[in-house]
Amino acid sequence: MVPLYYYLALSGILFACGVAGFLIKRNLITIFLSIELMLNGVNLSFVAFAAHWHQLSGQVFVFFVMVVAAAEAAVGLAIIISVFRTRQTLNVDQINLLKL
Amino acid sequence: MLHLILFLGFGAACVAGAVNLLAQRHPINSALSLVVVMGALAGEYLLLGAEFVGAVQVIVYAGAIMVLFVFVIMLLNAGEEELTKGSRVALLFGVPGLVAGSLLVAWVLLHSNTGEVAVGALPGPPKAIARLLFHDFLLPFEVTSVLVLIAIIGAVVLAARPEPPQAKRES
Repeated sequence: MVPLYYYLALSGILFACGVAGFLIKRNLITIFLSIELMLNGVNLSFVAFAAHWHQLSGQVFVFFVMVVAAAEAAVGLAIIISVFRTRQTLNVDQINLLKL
Repeated sequence: MLHLILFLGFGAACVAGAVNLLAQRHPINSALSLVVVMGALAGEYLLLGAEFVGAVQVIVYAGAIMVLFVFVIMLLNAGEEELTKGSRVALLFGVPGLVAGSLLVAWVLLHSNTGEVAVGALPGPPKAIARLLFHDFLLPFEVTSVLVLIAIIGAVVLAARPEPPQAKRES
């Protein structure tokens, strides 16, 4: 038996690591990876609450989060490719315009 | 007891992967440590009895999405990131804010009288999930299919190479 707040603490740690990476990192792709880490942390708390409240809808919501993450990854990586093609850099300090 | 040991093992792998994502300078190393995080999270889902979610986590997240990331990293030949100087104001306010925030969260978690979660507390058989997904959540499901279609079109349009100027049609 594991207390529910162990799972919530783990989820919080993962989310916090994602936030820290989002703020600290300077590489566009690593920032994107940090967003995925945040989404994963939220997913863990969804599944933990689903097990705690005996509600399967928590697990269904994880699927929706995964679909949104997949769509976000596809569009975001396309934007990254497009930005890299015009600027030749992935450093966010040098990317101040999304306009081509 | 075994549940706790397995939880701590997978949790340690998760946190190690997440910290390694922050520590690594090269994006490919960060991406591979994120794969470790996702694999360990699939283990946590199995502990919670969500077998189907765990399987989908490995197939979709650790498989499909991360392959997309690794492809893009290799396609762009991304090198190590340059370090830039952080601002002192951020350090001055950020560190106390971080400490205060984590203390608040820890206090809330420790004082909330939540119960315990047993292994397989809520078995998530694919049949029950499918019934929920295709009955109660049918409209959101269909809406996500539209979302994915829009994402596909958007990705194709955005990543398409701009046509050379001489091929452009006069309008």
